[in-house]
Amino acid sequence: MTTKIDLDRDLSLRLRIDALLANYIHCIDEDRLEEWPDYFTNDGRYKVVTRENYDLGLPVALIYCDGTGMFKDRISALRTANIFEPHVYCHMVSALKILDSSGPNIKTQSNFTVTRTMSEGQMMTFLCGKTIDTVTEIDGELKFKERTVILDSRRIDTLLVIPV
Amino acid sequence: MDTAQIEPGTTFVWPSEDVSQIPFRVYTDQDLYDREQRVLFQGPTWNFLCLDCEIPEPGDYKMTYIGDAPIVVVRDENGDINAMVNRCAHKVSLICYKPRGNVKEFACIYHNWTYDLRGKLTGVAFGRGVRGQGGLTEEFKHDEHGLERIRIENVRGFIMGTFSDETPPFASYIGAELMASIERVFIKPLKVLGYHSQIFPNNWKLYVENNKDSYHASLLHVFHNTFGVVRPTMTGGIKLSESGWHHLSYTQREEIGDDNIDKEKVRAKQKDYSLADTRMMEHVLELGDKVTNSIQTVFPTMVLQQILNALAVRQLIPKGVNESELIWTILGFEDDDSDMDELRMQVNNLVGPAGFISMEDGCVGGFIQTAAKANVDAQTVLPMGGRKIEPSQGSRVTESAVRGFWKGWRECMGV
Ligand code: FES
Ligand SMILES: [Fe+2]
Repeated sequence: MTTKIDLDRDLSLRLRIDALLANYIHCIDEDRLEEWPDYFTNDGRYKVVTRENYDLGLPVALIYCDGTGMFKDRISALRTANIFEPHVYCHMVSALKILDSSGPNIKTQSNFTVTRTMSEGQMMTFLCGKTIDTVTEIDGELKFKERTVILDSRRIDTLLVIPV
Repeated sequence: MDTAQIEPGTTFVWPSEDVSQIPFRVYTDQDLYDREQRVLFQGPTWNFLCLDCEIPEPGDYKMTYIGDAPIVVVRDENGDINAMVNRCAHKVSLICYKPRGNVKEFACIYHNWTYDLRGKLTGVAFGRGVRGQGGLTEEFKHDEHGLERIRIENVRGFIMGTFSDETPPFASYIGAELMASIERVFIKPLKVLGYHSQIFPNNWKLYVENNKDSYHASLLHVFHNTFGVVRPTMTGGIKLSESGWHHLSYTQREEIGDDNIDKEKVRAKQKDYSLADTRMMEHVLELGDKVTNSIQTVFPTMVLQQILNALAVRQLIPKGVNESELIWTILGFEDDDSDMDELRMQVNNLVGPAGFISMEDGCVGGFIQTAAKANVDAQTVLPMGGRKIEPSQGSRVTESAVRGFWKGWRECMGV
């Protein structure tokens, strides 16, 4: 049975993770991408995979970052090297579920959709799927130790450059 | 050149003598698209279907396409691979509608006609009618109503298919030199590490041309220049099949005269830009040579890729005049250890729909499509390296292979 103490703890944890997710998506949607690596621990891992590959147990990701350096490289390439039509994302995140909060690493999952609006104004539903995150506390702050973005929408329209 | 009757009432005339100018109309015309399906994709061409290792067990099948035509590839009870058009002989419903699976036989969901794994019709539901009423008549011959079979060849684990009996054997189709370069890369049994799918807002031919366009590599993909993966002055070159239809573009690790790069106008070369983490640029010389980059095309729509240790086969599927889909099948060798698996994960950041050196290929075709449709009577020009279709030693600053593609296209299309 769930006691009141459990419930209080669960609620405050939810609020904290919810705030992390909100800060994270606003950082991306507002194009403050230089801050993006800071949402991860120094040894953080980030993968964007398709549900097809995930379900088949196939390892290759669309984007794979392992450690702060690779997060920074993604952003500096986006800023200085890669060429694409300018566009912005709008993330919608919902249905946060806490999978495991028994240890220092909290495992969660949630759903998302991302709409993409191009420089000329046309908008499409670009991505949708689920994230499975491992969140941990560093100096009183929650950070992603691991974030796996699993795309139901496995056909990428044109290209994927901004992280999810 | 002669005009070709495309569909009743319309004609298409190739506007010049050679293939150094391309009319925009080829990217936008529905009649030409329809004709491509019939005489090019279903004509004397080899098309990538799937990998041998994707269907290891009897009954394993995979759905795929040749042009618009849905195809199913299946391994039968004897271990042989068969390919058939994925289309019931009754009222042409798809026989398979799940991308992959394992079956004992194919049963059409509509009226339950059944076929064996070689495509032979084995059963017609209620063929004898019900209580003596209905059913088939004497004149119906099961043998005449099988699935349409596709001729296949297994090339180093790549299952190739063709509709036509006229298509030469694969090795003579691409020629000895290009066959050797497939054999250079795919030296051992393969395994699939994953799939990507990318939709291009452009006609399929723009992506094929882009692969043959070795001229753009260091110019569009600025990541190359910045990190020195490929520069126009690195050693390497272009090989072409005698037909001109197929090509190989390659670069090697040794650099000669690379200082020249500063004299050329290469956009956004940033000296102060370096990778914080260089693991994805590591290259294990697993093929016994120093080739860093090998992009090989098989006419019409197959691309074989080795970029450092990132191996892949890319299959382009036309999706109407204005759209195409690229399926990337990311490969490793069956005997890769866990370190090699991790290295391939890293280096695959360079390629695919989000790849540091490939994402631009996703948008550039759309830029052309948008601009071209405004004036379909105008033409692009392909002047780099002259007008001929010939290999190039040492330099990749040529459009020779693109012209070779158009030679193949005209020969197939009869225009
Ligand atoms: S359409 Fe296949 S059995 Fe009728
Ligand atoms: Fe390219």
